[in-house]
Amino acid sequence: MQPNSNNQETSATMTEEQQSIDSGARPERGRTHAMDLNAITRKFGKVTLAEEQECFSVTDFNLYYGEKQALSDISMMIPKKRVTAFIGPSGCGKSTLLRCFNRMNDLIDSVRTTGEVRLHDLDIMDRAVNVAEIRRRVGMVFQKPNPFPKSIFENVAYGLRIQGVRERRKLDQVVEKSLRSAALWDEVKDRLDDNAMGLSGGQQQRLVIARAIAIEPEVLLLDEPASALDPISTLKIEELIYELKTDYTIIIVTHNMQQAARVSDYTAYMYLGKLIEFNDTNTLFTKPRTKMTEDYITGRYG
Amino acid sequence: MAARLKQWIESGSPFIWLSAGAVSILILMVAGLLLLIAVNGLGHFWPAQIASFAYVDDDGSKIQLAGEFADHELVPLARLPETDSRVPPGQTSVDRFLIKTGNRDFLGLDFRWVLGPAMSNLAYPDEMMAVERREWGNFYGTLVEIKDQTISAGPEVDLWEKMQRQIADSGRIFDQIRHIEKNLIGTINFDMERLRLRERKLELLGIMEAAEHEEISRQGVVLQSRYTQLTDELASLYEQFNRPRFSARLADGTEVELPFASVVHTYRPNSMTIFEKTRFYFHKLWEFVTDEPREANTEGGIFPAVFGTVMMVLLMALIVTPFGVVAAVYLHEYAKQGPLTRLIRIAVNNLAGVPSVVYGLFGLGFFVYFVGGNIDELLFPEVLPTPTFGTPGLMWASLTLALLTVPVVIVATEEGLARVPREIREGSLALGATKAETLWRTVLPMTAPSMMTGLILAIARAAGEVAPLMLVGVVKMAPALPLDGNFPYLHLDRKFMHLGFHIYDVGFQSPNVEAARPLVYATALLLVVIIIVLNMTAIRIRNTLREKYRAAEQQ
Repeated sequence: MQPNSNNQETSATMTEEQQSIDSGARPERGRTHAMDLNAITRKFGKVTLAEEQECFSVTDFNLYYGEKQALSDISMMIPKKRVTAFIGPSGCGKSTLLRCFNRMNDLIDSVRTTGEVRLHDLDIMDRAVNVAEIRRRVGMVFQKPNPFPKSIFENVAYGLRIQGVRERRKLDQVVEKSLRSAALWDEVKDRLDDNAMGLSGGQQQRLVIARAIAIEPEVLLLDEPASALDPISTLKIEELIYELKTDYTIIIVTHNMQQAARVSDYTAYMYLGKLIEFNDTNTLFTKPRTKMTEDYITGRYG
Repeated sequence: MAARLKQWIESGSPFIWLSAGAVSILILMVAGLLLLIAVNGLGHFWPAQIASFAYVDDDGSKIQLAGEFADHELVPLARLPETDSRVPPGQTSVDRFLIKTGNRDFLGLDFRWVLGPAMSNLAYPDEMMAVERREWGNFYGTLVEIKDQTISAGPEVDLWEKMQRQIADSGRIFDQIRHIEKNLIGTINFDMERLRLRERKLELLGIMEAAEHEEISRQGVVLQSRYTQLTDELASLYEQFNRPRFSARLADGTEVELPFASVVHTYRPNSMTIFEKTRFYFHKLWEFVTDEPREANTEGGIFPAVFGTVMMVLLMALIVTPFGVVAAVYLHEYAKQGPLTRLIRIAVNNLAGVPSVVYGLFGLGFFVYFVGGNIDELLFPEVLPTPTFGTPGLMWASLTLALLTVPVVIVATEEGLARVPREIREGSLALGATKAETLWRTVLPMTAPSMMTGLILAIARAAGEVAPLMLVGVVKMAPALPLDGNFPYLHLDRKFMHLGFHIYDVGFQSPNVEAARPLVYATALLLVVIIIVLNMTAIRIRNTLREKYRAAEQQ
């Protein structure tokens, strides 16, 4: 990290971030965006990546769109109950990789893969695997909030209804619990039967998160979850991610490096379909091993 | 000047005027169409004055005529026979009037053209009455006397009032007769036919159980005795019905006797107030919509045709929607996009362009003869050789029209499916829903407005279609509605009447074209109104649905 690099804001926040981490203290949580940067702390004292419990393991993974190779030779381990961020320039394959973890790439006809992606002991790329089952275990939140044009209640209950839950009491319980976990309950508890399309963008995104955690997945994949939101909503989502990581393994794709620095425990930098560097966030942002990573995070990229 | 013109052209104004002009012409044409139909059709129900006048006939004889003015034209002299003494000299053209003289049973024709100059002493006598009859068309004349009336009225009641009461009483008897003939005897006939078929079925199956046959013949005897009882009742009613008569004087002074049995109602338009005329008008209008046709469809109402049209369209909608939606879902969601699906799409789109009568032919050949014939052999062998489904009928007509309109539904549904955002599908899949669950719970509900659009177009097309129906189930006069009180209530095998065909039939196949013409317009108006009502209903439903899903689609 170069303290006096050319890029004004990035470097400034990085420095702040760095300080808060370096101090090792747990500052109280601020109310403003700027304050919050200090507030977000990470709890992994001396634990290194290798010592973490494994959630996903990716081995020699390649992915092709027709003839074009989009991911090449990816091998990595996603630690359990941690936040892992994928960063990198547009088109570097980070979203593609993310979508492999719940087999979303199946929706594209021309996709072909080699190598292994394991969720604990299950090879999820196996043809015989029940895709719906994987997606139940690995939830996903998309870039744009995509609530269904149904009531708020029905949105959250959707996954359960798919699983055949009909009992009203159970549904009520889960909906409330999920909305509370997504920090949305207080805002919508009086209008659960209203159409979800009437919520604001930030509320919709939290609703979608509530919808995802209602079926209690092990993993949450977040594909640029805050890129379509205003700063206040972004902050709320980030706080939420912080809350959720005690229960879920979270993988987040983001274009916003500050966000990666703020919310993640581990960060992977990808470039042109390759995994360039993967390390704990602190190290990656402060002492990047490769020049490429350093250029990117300091804004010299491109 | 030239520069200003150039500037004007460049400003784009000419194009705006051009397009605005095109729109106005369209609006004018639609309004004109509706107005023409409405004026011609609705005017028919207004009670016209009955004129009485002296006339010099072609052969020079003097006669007295009475009737309604139906039409007028200006004829150039050149088109008349050269030496017509009735035409005053010095004129180049002459007025000619079409008079509805009625009284077809006495005069032979109920319309005749008369020359204006040959008419004299035109008057509208108050006592002139028009009698609407169940046969022979209208009667015009003056009332003389009532004979053998079935009601009792004191001498203080005047002749006209007596006649009205007698008509009401005859009408009551007529309704009873109709009820017995159509409902009671109809049901007995239906049951007897069922018994006959049951017996025939047993025979075909080779079952010779005595008990069964005994039961059938026992039921037959019961029905027979009820039938005899009803015919006795009918005979006495008919005796009562046919007895009362009235005598009336024609325009030329001859006195004729007419039975009350044939009278629907009678009125004296020349002495009616505007209020009475209005009441009469709406009464006639209501009768037109709710009554059954008389006199080869040229008189009375068109209720069976209205009913048949609506029934057929609803059945068609019921068939075409699931069919089209399923096809569209397969094409858009499941089929691998390639040359084959492209070919199928082209075929579907071309199907929409095939002339409808070709569909009629297909329906006749495939549905009626092949499918229907086989159904008859398999399920109704006891009825043969009389066909049940092996003959044109409501079901085949609906199916044929469903086939005709299915491309519209497919195309509209596919468009709707394409409009569902990818994010919504992915959102559902990411929650562990399978593709089918995603379709069923999220995508299809969001496509509902587009399906409704397709259905609206389908209804509009089906309701206006006539040509194919003539081959697969529409008839000039259906003896019974496809829906009635006899099990199984909805008779898909029955032939039915249809407004579109009714227009064609009354307009071109009627023995009395002049009398039927206003009815053609009125029927056309009703057909348009029905299509509008059906469409409006569907559009309302669609708009409600669309409101619900709009936000999601605009993402």
